[in-house]
Amino acid sequence: MKPLLRARAWLRHVLREPSLDLPLLAALVVLGLIGLATLYSASDLDQRLVMNQALRFGLGGVLLLLIARVPPSVLRNWTPWLYLGSVALLVAVALHGQGRGADRWLNLGVMRFQPSELVKLTLPMMVAWYLHRRELPPRWLTLGAVAVLIAAPALLIARQPDLGTAVLVVASGVFAVFLAGLAWWRIFILLGAAAAAAPLLWHFMHEYQRNRLRMFMDPEADPLGNGWHIIQSEIAVGSGGLTGKGWHHGTQSRLEFLPEHTTDFVFAVFSEEWGLIGVVALLALYLFIVGRGLVIAANARDTYSRLLAGSISMAFFVYVMVNGGMITGLLPVVGVPLPLISYGGTSAVSLLAGFGVLMSIHAHRKFMSG
Amino acid sequence: MKKRKPKPGAIKDAQREAARFGRRALAGFILIALCLGGLAARFWFLQVQRHAEFAARSDNNRISVRSIPPTRGLIYDRNGVLLAENVAAFRLEVVPEQVDDMSAMLAALGQVVALSDDDIERFDALRKSKRPFDSIPLRLKLSEDEIARFSTQRWHFPGVDVVPYLTRAYPRGADFAHVVGYVGRIDAADAANLDADLYAGTTQIGKTGIERRYEDALHGSPGYEQVEVNVDKRAIGKPISRVAPTPGKNLYLSIDARLQRTAMDALAGRPGAVVAIDPRNGEVLALASAPSFDPNLFINGISRTDYAALMNNPDKPLLDRAIAGGFTPGSTVKPYLGLGGLQLGLRRPQDTILSTGEFHIPGQARGYRDDVRGGQGLVNLRQAIARSVNTYFYSLALDMGIDRFSAWMANFGFGQPTGIDLPGEASGVLPSREWKRARMRQAFFPGETVIAGIGQGYWVITPIQLANALATLAEGGVRHVPHLLRAMQDGLNAPRVPVAQPKPVPSFVRNPADWEAVRQGMIDVVNDPSGTAHGLGEGFPYVIAGKTGTAERYSRTGEEWTSIAASPISRHEVLFEAFTPADAPRIAVVIALKEGRSGAYDAAPIARRILDAWLKDDDAEPAP
Repeated sequence: MKPLLRARAWLRHVLREPSLDLPLLAALVVLGLIGLATLYSASDLDQRLVMNQALRFGLGGVLLLLIARVPPSVLRNWTPWLYLGSVALLVAVALHGQGRGADRWLNLGVMRFQPSELVKLTLPMMVAWYLHRRELPPRWLTLGAVAVLIAAPALLIARQPDLGTAVLVVASGVFAVFLAGLAWWRIFILLGAAAAAAPLLWHFMHEYQRNRLRMFMDPEADPLGNGWHIIQSEIAVGSGGLTGKGWHHGTQSRLEFLPEHTTDFVFAVFSEEWGLIGVVALLALYLFIVGRGLVIAANARDTYSRLLAGSISMAFFVYVMVNGGMITGLLPVVGVPLPLISYGGTSAVSLLAGFGVLMSIHAHRKFMSG
Repeated sequence: MKKRKPKPGAIKDAQREAARFGRRALAGFILIALCLGGLAARFWFLQVQRHAEFAARSDNNRISVRSIPPTRGLIYDRNGVLLAENVAAFRLEVVPEQVDDMSAMLAALGQVVALSDDDIERFDALRKSKRPFDSIPLRLKLSEDEIARFSTQRWHFPGVDVVPYLTRAYPRGADFAHVVGYVGRIDAADAANLDADLYAGTTQIGKTGIERRYEDALHGSPGYEQVEVNVDKRAIGKPISRVAPTPGKNLYLSIDARLQRTAMDALAGRPGAVVAIDPRNGEVLALASAPSFDPNLFINGISRTDYAALMNNPDKPLLDRAIAGGFTPGSTVKPYLGLGGLQLGLRRPQDTILSTGEFHIPGQARGYRDDVRGGQGLVNLRQAIARSVNTYFYSLALDMGIDRFSAWMANFGFGQPTGIDLPGEASGVLPSREWKRARMRQAFFPGETVIAGIGQGYWVITPIQLANALATLAEGGVRHVPHLLRAMQDGLNAPRVPVAQPKPVPSFVRNPADWEAVRQGMIDVVNDPSGTAHGLGEGFPYVIAGKTGTAERYSRTGEEWTSIAASPISRHEVLFEAFTPADAPRIAVVIALKEGRSGAYDAAPIARRILDAWLKDDDAEPAP
């Protein structure tokens, strides 16, 4: 009986503890429920798939609660080791990885996981850790060091090849620098340089990535091949209209015209079934989560926490933007899931872990000092 | 934004840094809000601005219009005996778009279901004329074993499906192979000439006979249904809407199946034909050609060996001798010529000619023989017909001259298709100056006119032609267009609607007495002791009028009767024509055999069997 009683006491403690930001938690729960409902429809009422996803949410939720208990100062002290560890795992994947098409997975015997998901957290931590020891706003030299910190894991991930995650990882690092107060004129110079280097990027791309870009420019050139995803997605979205076709009435997904309708293209299913009204409501919910995250960041008491919380929040937006842009033909096809709605374990778990960090920063706002 | 110059060695100003972060966070939030606003605008553009377009494309994706092929009309004889019916079967169809490697798939499929080279050839040819997402038939009429085998392995073959359909069957088989004809698989050549919409989902089309002639009426028009399909084009759930097909019309032929059976039985496979016509209206009562074949072989694609057997058969079973077989008419033309002599004022019925056994054109040495050595003495027209006296007609033809001869004979329809409602009718040859000039670039010689008078020389008739001429003669010169289609019906319980026939040509016989003289001659053929077919009418309740014909198959050279290589049994093409009752004819029948001793010996008995069979049926006249 004793362990049970102790567990009950711990649960009571966890829930009463003011460490959790209730508005953020509520928004995440609503988002998760929307996600499950959408998946249930998109999978054509596949209960096993929905249960799987709910299980991952549960796992992610536990992780969120655990991380929320860890003080940011502890996280900060571990940061360099976590970063180095995750980069080492990336190297291990590069040497021994296994997966379908892309070598992203590391088999740990019991389970397989993607070290790149880990990097989504450890990289902003590392950049925040580095910046908080430097004089801010950062200058070119600091910037150079940060660039190396970002590029090392990003290149390893891009090589896998997993462009979507690489984009997210780079974005989280860049946001940390932006939030650190990098002067606007430096930002514009960097943007200009990036634009100039874009053609160079083309040279390093895989053929399938180039094809995706080509199709993005003109999907109708190959409507049954490479253009199929974009066209069918746009049809799904556009046919949803203002009010949508209704839950489980989306023909594009139910009749399987829309590929990957439970994973990368689940947003198209949502748009088809709920229409513009649903889409705007969902985007508003996402914006609320990002905004709430930034509020938590602004209230944090040390630079490390601020930068970390801020970049995690803004990186969350990148998911939504890249995925939403992809399914509406605004951006090229890049494998980025719609956060907490797309089916898939690792991204849900790593996202919730990230929100755990936010919760921890929120909980320790009063007791921390710069 | 103002630039901040960091002061070297300064203590971190936490307050300022927090404020700076706050501004950056706000800027970041505004940027994000703008980006999401842009994304929302994109959604608005797709979901509101271009909604109609995408809604249409979505429906295009999901809704597929499928044709429902009509049920082919049935074919009956005049008494409602079923000649062509529809039976349920299964076929294999392939959607090429869904097959990655067609030749590998066909090879693998061939292990499960028998696929002949012919099947694959047809399939490949059809594939070129259809769209890649069209379902194309590969194999028709699967056996139950094949269906079971395929069903268990269906997952191996995406894009291949077993589809139920109605296929044709001919319960009367060979009896009607040439009349009803047969349907066959639509091949690439057919497909090119067809209205694809009208034939969507249909695999068979009339190839010969009535099936081909009345294809439009038999086919009907397809219906369609809207079904929801998934990305593999498989239908999901129930049809959204449905317009039923209009089945093809049922056809009632003028043929009497029992008469037809008797004719086929009497021919017994000997190369030849039997035609029976109702002279009062041109309805064809029997139209038999021998040897025949089983039309059921052709329906779902005939095998190469079966087809080769039919093609290599020297008796040409695929040839419809009744309408396309060429025969030398011989003496059967004599009544028509005789009537011409009277009508043109060249002879009176009582005028006599002396038959000496050999006829000479004045001034020429060559002799044209009678059938009886030493001749048959003085004969008038009636006797000349009854005994088939050549000399009478030699001299008549010569007196008439070739131009009047061919003009007169054309009145009976010789040398031109009768217009019977069957494809592939031959026109035969009526000897004429024009025909010979066009064909041989030669003048017409008097000797050729002489032998034309006994139906020899250039003469070629088809049995249907002779039967129609006979019916015209029997009807006193009124020529109907012979026809098979009697009535049409929209459905099993709908009334039979008679088919209107073209008005007959008004009689060209001006003096009924002339016609009577010829008729008497023909009655004597059967009923007078001197007649060439004497005794044929014994025991028959009506008076039969007829005429025999025994035509040379081989040119006779010199005087030698006995030097002909062929056996006496197969020496001649033999014919017999008869109508009855002689005073008010209701049936005219023509028998034509490629080989035989004589018209009286081989052909006339067949005519009697037909008339006997007709007698049994005659009382029961069907409703129109």
